[in-house]
Amino acid sequence: MTLLPRGATIALGWVALAALVTLTLLGLWVAPPDAVQSDAQRLMYLHVPTAWLAYLAFAVTAASSALYLWPRTRAVVWDRIAGASAEIGVMFTGLTLVLGALWGRPIWGVWWAWDARLVTTAVLFFLYIGYLALRRIPGDANDTAVRSAIVALIAFVDVPIVHFSVTWWRTLHQEATVFNPELSAQISGTMALTLWFGVLAFTVLYLYLLSKRYELAAMADELADVELEVAIAERIGEPVGAGVARVEP
Amino acid sequence: MTLARAALLVTGKDLRIERRAKVTSSQILPFGAIVLVLFAFALDPDRGVLERAAPGLFWVAVLLVSLLAVSRAFAIEVEHGARDGLRLSGLDPAAIFLGKTFAVALQLLALEVVLTLGVVLLYDVSLRSLLPLVLATVAATVGIAATGIVYGVLTVGLRLRETLVPLLVLPVVTPVLLGASRAWEASAVGAPGEAWPWVALLSAFALLAVAGGMLCFGTLLEES
Repeated sequence: MTLLPRGATIALGWVALAALVTLTLLGLWVAPPDAVQSDAQRLMYLHVPTAWLAYLAFAVTAASSALYLWPRTRAVVWDRIAGASAEIGVMFTGLTLVLGALWGRPIWGVWWAWDARLVTTAVLFFLYIGYLALRRIPGDANDTAVRSAIVALIAFVDVPIVHFSVTWWRTLHQEATVFNPELSAQISGTMALTLWFGVLAFTVLYLYLLSKRYELAAMADELADVELEVAIAERIGEPVGAGVARVEP
Repeated sequence: MTLARAALLVTGKDLRIERRAKVTSSQILPFGAIVLVLFAFALDPDRGVLERAAPGLFWVAVLLVSLLAVSRAFAIEVEHGARDGLRLSGLDPAAIFLGKTFAVALQLLALEVVLTLGVVLLYDVSLRSLLPLVLATVAATVGIAATGIVYGVLTVGLRLRETLVPLLVLPVVTPVLLGASRAWEASAVGAPGEAWPWVALLSAFALLAVAGGMLCFGTLLEES
């Protein structure tokens, strides 16, 4: 029923919480303000880990979808992992976009720029919103899983093409104004440590959320089974012919 | 029966239904035309915005129209258990996919010819380099049709499919919109050199979509 042993999930939750509190301390107080961007740069300690987590989550969705489609490894566990991971991915892609916009306003002067990375992330967001919408449609469990797995793989193949075409578009028609090499200076010391710690903390958070979401999916499946059994038992218990009166024309 | 012959049978069937029912010509085409007119209302035609934006607007109109065409391509398989007939016909699923894609692509190309006339006449656009323009249009259309057919069969028989298909298809075909619009822009200003890379990209997308569709159509047809 569960992806990880119960104790492991609980432990992950506490580790994730402790890591996020530590990240807050590191990001807000320990790391020095950036020379060029001052305090706005601190958003990067969230923005970069959320972006990493989104990509990680979608990669996991693609891998588990492939494992579900492959007949020898087909098991409901892969479908549940794919769905759970995609949900986490969509949430963190959304967070990445919002945090990026909050950072972009003071640093670039705009909320949004038509840069290849931004556009790809936005398309990624929409691709997996569609995927989640497809998953929500009720139907035979295996059919839904196969359909969803194919959509997840199409999305996974499409993302590099989108990125490539947008990069091409922007470089053919205008100079890269946003990613000025002088602005993206090398980072080191406490700032790099904080950033890497953030990536680590969010990875632990991902594992915890994945495990919890998996548990929820398994419980929902179990509930559906129980409800079906109850309905069948009720129907069998009814007197013969009782259902006829209720048949709609 | 060879793959091509089986595919042409399916294409012929779909086009025959269209010839009799005339849904594409009497509903989808006027819809495309009104979209072009709406763009003119939204962007003041006197300020030259329309002319400059014409390639992009044309392809947005094509995308909207293609959603209807895909929806129609599967609506004709729903009635009278036609989908079961198709499944039981013994035709190679890859051939069914190719056939339906070809039918939608041909109808879209016909719609695009009319919409192109609309853009030239209404938006006052001149199209100079015709060869890259035609090739880009054909490649983009095949890519859109193949993608649409995959998502069409994927959602056929599902509740809420009408609202789901646009959400699924549009993000996937963003590279097509981008490439086709740029190729058209280059052709409109008479700079074919800038159009060729996009023709290559569109062709690669079309090939990938067709190959992917042939690969997964059998599974999806059985599940539907």
